[in-house]
Amino acid sequence: MSKCRKLITTTALITVFGAVPALADTLGVGRLALPEEIAAWDIAVMPDGRGLPEGRGNVLDGEDYWIDQCAVCHGDFAEGAGAWPAIVGGRGSLTDDRPEKTVESYWPYLSTVWDYINRSMPFGAAQTLETDEVYAITAYILYSAGLVDDDFELSNENFTEIRLPNEGGFYLDDRAEAEFPEFTQDPCMSDCRDPVEISARATDIDVTPEFPVIRYSYSDGSAPAPAAIEEADEASVQPEEAPAEEAIQTASLDPALVAAGEAAWRQCRTCHQLGDGARNGTGPQLNDIIGQTAAHADGFRYSPAFTEAAEGGLVWNEETLDAFLENPAGLIPRNRMSFRGVRSEDERAALIAYLMSYSN
Amino acid sequence: MTDMPNDAAKTPSHGPSRRDFLRTAGLAAGGAVVGAGANAASPDPLITEVQPYASFLGEGVDATPYGMPIHFEDHVVRRNVEWLTADPISSINFTPIHALDGTITPQGCAFERHHSGAIEMSKDEYRLMITGLVERPLVFTFGDLMRLPRVTRVHFCECAANSGMEWGGAQLNGAQFTHGMIHNMEYTGVTLRTLLDEAGVKPEGSWIYVEGHDASSNGRSIPMEKALDDCMIAFSANGEALRMEHGYPVRLVVPGWEGNLWVKWLRRIGVHDGPMESREETSKYTDLMPDGRARKWTWAMHAKSVVTSPSPQMPIGHGPGPMVITGLAWSGLGKIARVDVSLDGGVNWQTARLGTEPGDKAVTRFYLDHDWDGQPMYLQSRAIDETGYVQPSKEQLRAIRGLNSIYHNNGIQTWYVNESGEAENVEVS
Repeated sequence: MSKCRKLITTTALITVFGAVPALADTLGVGRLALPEEIAAWDIAVMPDGRGLPEGRGNVLDGEDYWIDQCAVCHGDFAEGAGAWPAIVGGRGSLTDDRPEKTVESYWPYLSTVWDYINRSMPFGAAQTLETDEVYAITAYILYSAGLVDDDFELSNENFTEIRLPNEGGFYLDDRAEAEFPEFTQDPCMSDCRDPVEISARATDIDVTPEFPVIRYSYSDGSAPAPAAIEEADEASVQPEEAPAEEAIQTASLDPALVAAGEAAWRQCRTCHQLGDGARNGTGPQLNDIIGQTAAHADGFRYSPAFTEAAEGGLVWNEETLDAFLENPAGLIPRNRMSFRGVRSEDERAALIAYLMSYSN
Repeated sequence: MTDMPNDAAKTPSHGPSRRDFLRTAGLAAGGAVVGAGANAASPDPLITEVQPYASFLGEGVDATPYGMPIHFEDHVVRRNVEWLTADPISSINFTPIHALDGTITPQGCAFERHHSGAIEMSKDEYRLMITGLVERPLVFTFGDLMRLPRVTRVHFCECAANSGMEWGGAQLNGAQFTHGMIHNMEYTGVTLRTLLDEAGVKPEGSWIYVEGHDASSNGRSIPMEKALDDCMIAFSANGEALRMEHGYPVRLVVPGWEGNLWVKWLRRIGVHDGPMESREETSKYTDLMPDGRARKWTWAMHAKSVVTSPSPQMPIGHGPGPMVITGLAWSGLGKIARVDVSLDGGVNWQTARLGTEPGDKAVTRFYLDHDWDGQPMYLQSRAIDETGYVQPSKEQLRAIRGLNSIYHNNGIQTWYVNESGEAENVEVS
């Protein structure tokens, strides 16, 4: 390796470009990172608070942001909604049959909460929160966990004063000491135990998705059991291209615009579904939305703001959708769609065309 | 493409529809006399009659510039267990290990695990930054990485939660679902040591923090000792570019350690004097123990194995006589030294034949050539690695870890095979 490396180093010295000086022990590939670039990406926060930007936010502001940005998945009181995680609660449950692992009951460090909200939340719109909003939302979580009062303000200055209840609940991997002595015994090869009995079967629980069973033919005449094949056939039939999608394409739509809308749809599909089999998820399914009164999706739990807008006669057409997509909170204040809107008019037009391609 | 002979070749008279394909071969031999080396009762029409594919012409070259498996193999796909997660964007699916052989997992059916979905990023857009406690914070383009000394190595990548649904008892009925959060590929890329040497790690730099370009970023801390030992960044798997779902264009490879550390769409390597304690290494990927405390930094995946055939999705379709029992074994601590197989639920064991030369922190294939007597079997396999670690039973693991640790379940799997050759996931006592 060292010989080879020397050879490559020599070659690199001749062809190197960029700002990195090729030191004796380096190849000089790449370039120096600029301070602005490091600031943009090196945003991680350590448990001792290193990496925290200056800022502050209080519980009451945090509650507002929470309702707007977080409650749709995590519940109004951070108790969780549907299959999405609860953020608080569960203290004392870690030895239960069904432990609840939340920020309050399990997470060791507040820095983790701040860092994760800052870089990855809201789900589907990461890195859209302002620094002070992250402080405020974190403060609201602390309040919901019963760790601070409602007049609390969290800032980079008092951040490390806050300790989470389970900070002491972790210890380093001790498998080498706790398990290896037992798991490195010479393995027994014969008469190792009493004859076995079945104590549990997966088929009794019956939560496995359907799957095809693979069978071959054999010259000894063995043929697959007919029942098993039927099951296999049913499960192995892949759904064909949804014919409904094509059938409802409207002739007047510009295919290029619809295609652009499909690309832009990426920012919506986290929460919304379209097409054959579309279901309500975090957000309502949006088939046939054009011409419908707001809050159209059966079975979706809309926010009170949305229901009021529907009662007020809001109907989805190109104009209202454009206004809503540009600024969701502007058209329907205090609705719960965690989405800041689409600035580009072209992109909004494309999205609307794409929605129209799924409307009759 | 649409001329008659080709069409005819694609649609022989007995019709290769999906409904039929699993059945076709079975019916062709129907009526033959049972028993090895027996005579056939009547001539096999697949032999005596000229088949369409023996007469008409097949597809020409370039029919599929990038080839996919023939449609008869359409069932060899990744599968999801929908109820496991709230949303497929932050979810996992499973490698069809029951239907594969050898050791290398084709990329197209290697399991996926995303935290904020699989992102689309071109090689031209790609940037990698090294920051923190280094002499020279650096930015690399994809092209820059291609100029650095390159290595090629085979390693398995196993999700820490593989078999995690089985802690409370037998739950999912199929090797794909119980053990399919694993793949084994040949990676090509650059060692982290090469990259870190370029930046010049300062003496106090004892940890790295790695994160991805995607919205989750999936940041993880890794001790410098491991980073310099055998970690690499990979841009190729099995000879071609990584697939989008595996981190195209660049992912991290952390041999032998849990898959969550193998950050995809790798964006930044920070050098620090301690761990970051990110979400993925505190609230997740820590092992809750019976006393309510949790183990952390349980990075290494310990020795494990599973019989992939026969298994619930891959029953024995024939009668008594010769058969192949096969499976996979791997260890995050080094090479597999031996695999034992039991037919009676662990009363007696015999050592299986290793089908491949064991690789370091790579999957090894094992075979047991068996003369089945047609009686029920309780099939188990037990991996032993070069450190002397012996894959434990589920009871042994539960006695120490309880039922709620979710991760790192490497207990011995049991398939009950009945007289008909059908297999199911069971636990035995």
